[in-house]
Amino acid sequence: MEKYKYVIIGNSAAAVGAIEGIRVNDRDGSILSISEEPRWAYSRPLISYYLNDEAVEKRMGFRGEAFYHGKKVDCLLGIKVITADLSARTLKLSNKESVGYEKLLIAVGGKPIVPEIKGSNKAGVMTFTTYADAQKLRKGITSRKNRRVVILGGGLIGLKAAEGLIEAGVKVTIVELAKHCLAPVLDETSARMVEKVFVDKGCNLYLGRTIKEIKGKNKVIGVALDDGTNLSADFVILAIGVRPRLELFEKSKELKTNRGVVVDKHLKTSVENVYAAGDVAEVYDFVIDGYRPVLIWPNAYYGGKVAGINMSGGDKEYTWATGMNAADFFGLATVSAGMIRVPENNPQEYEVITHHVPEKQVYKKFILKNGIVTGMIIINEIEPSGVILGLMRDKMDLSAVKDKLVLSDFGLAYLPEEVRKAKVNKQ
Amino acid sequence: MKLNEKTEQQKKRKRIVVKEEVCIGCKLCEVWCTVEHSPVKDILKAYKRQKHERPLPKLKVQVQKPLTFAVQCRHCDEPDCQYSCITGALYIDEKDGTIRHDPDKCIGCWTCILACTRGAIQRDERTKRIASKCDFCPGRETPVCVEKCPNEAMVIVEE
Repeated sequence: MEKYKYVIIGNSAAAVGAIEGIRVNDRDGSILSISEEPRWAYSRPLISYYLNDEAVEKRMGFRGEAFYHGKKVDCLLGIKVITADLSARTLKLSNKESVGYEKLLIAVGGKPIVPEIKGSNKAGVMTFTTYADAQKLRKGITSRKNRRVVILGGGLIGLKAAEGLIEAGVKVTIVELAKHCLAPVLDETSARMVEKVFVDKGCNLYLGRTIKEIKGKNKVIGVALDDGTNLSADFVILAIGVRPRLELFEKSKELKTNRGVVVDKHLKTSVENVYAAGDVAEVYDFVIDGYRPVLIWPNAYYGGKVAGINMSGGDKEYTWATGMNAADFFGLATVSAGMIRVPENNPQEYEVITHHVPEKQVYKKFILKNGIVTGMIIINEIEPSGVILGLMRDKMDLSAVKDKLVLSDFGLAYLPEEVRKAKVNKQ
Repeated sequence: MKLNEKTEQQKKRKRIVVKEEVCIGCKLCEVWCTVEHSPVKDILKAYKRQKHERPLPKLKVQVQKPLTFAVQCRHCDEPDCQYSCITGALYIDEKDGTIRHDPDKCIGCWTCILACTRGAIQRDERTKRIASKCDFCPGRETPVCVEKCPNEAMVIVEE
């Protein structure tokens, strides 16, 4: 049985970050990365762009063979971890081999939530989170004309898939249970602006609805919604959410899990020598001053990097993360970070500043507590968003300039002298 | 072992430092950045071009009169933009440690704009949507903005 100093279960953003982090402190310690998908690390968010443009395949690579070779990392591609013995520090793999480790990083990511729907066990029903999913869907939509796709879920994955499909000439219908799309990342006013762009592009949208039954014999021919509406469909994409993958550790008595793998600010789990990062981990979120899964690419990469630094003898706290999303839908730029809406239990502690210019498709909302920005949504004039996210992280009291936050040129120049000088020249 | 020890390239790197006290807000830095990044590095030819063909200046002068100063990418040792880039379009140059941007990989998601705490990245929507930021003028001894500033409001500092 081979033994490595560092083993990483996973080979996406968190794994890549971790490899780079480990090599900051440890140039030679052996590293093994185990990838369930049979390919080098790729940019998962690009899969929706592949639907419309086959050439995207060439741009999708995140790190290739040269990276792993240069960092002296062994990779097993297309291999699954079947069991993990955290006391013996060994893993049993799908290729019948076992591997041992000194330090382990759990970077298995998330998996799509698959709802129980009558008739969902048919060809043409799929989730949409991997390159293989995108290949399958693209093949399906390019092999025939008059394709119709119904997407269950109007979140980021659902809408980006819809955007890619619409660009490819497919007739798309989105069915969303909530009263507006993108509920985790936008409020109602901003979500309506995004919905309008999709509807203007010919997308059908059903809000406050879900799919009751998927129809067809062995292959999808349509769906029935919970209000009786019938829709034709060649494909049904289930995109109602992603959650941390915990199946490997569900039965573990030692590894503490909650909604995800529980970690501290150093990304250490409850088990000695075991770390977790990326979509699978419940990381520290500085806005809520608590821990929760943050299933976004930047958190995976940088969290992985800090985990790698700590696994290799460093001592770095990871307090950078919060929800942060940026997406462009057919030219409409949207960003959000932190709180999307005022917390229900104590709304009186928060102040909300909004700015809405419908004719320019501009909308901004800031949530503040004691002058500190705890949440931000911006549609269109997004340039100030980075400065503001930095100030959110600094927990700086912006009471003196809070009415300037909505200006399109808000930036360092609006900050007090010592603060802006420090920020403009920090290298 | 010191955590986050700077790499050898980062230690040797030249840095731009901005001096707001002597910036006069003339924006010549923006003009020369555009010229430097245009195909024929001639000021008249660069500005005669149609707007969509003229390179965006990769730095922006902040104005809150009488206060003015330029903000360009700091090529940070801990680059939030590169951490956040979902395609790997933003990467660390192996030779000089600067943060580079590959326009072929960029999909214009704007995550880097949300990540940069100085506001040094802009949207370039002239043809396809991509991010735009300072590249430290590869091929030049000194970035053109620093060289052409009439009042030395930007200086090079070597560590």
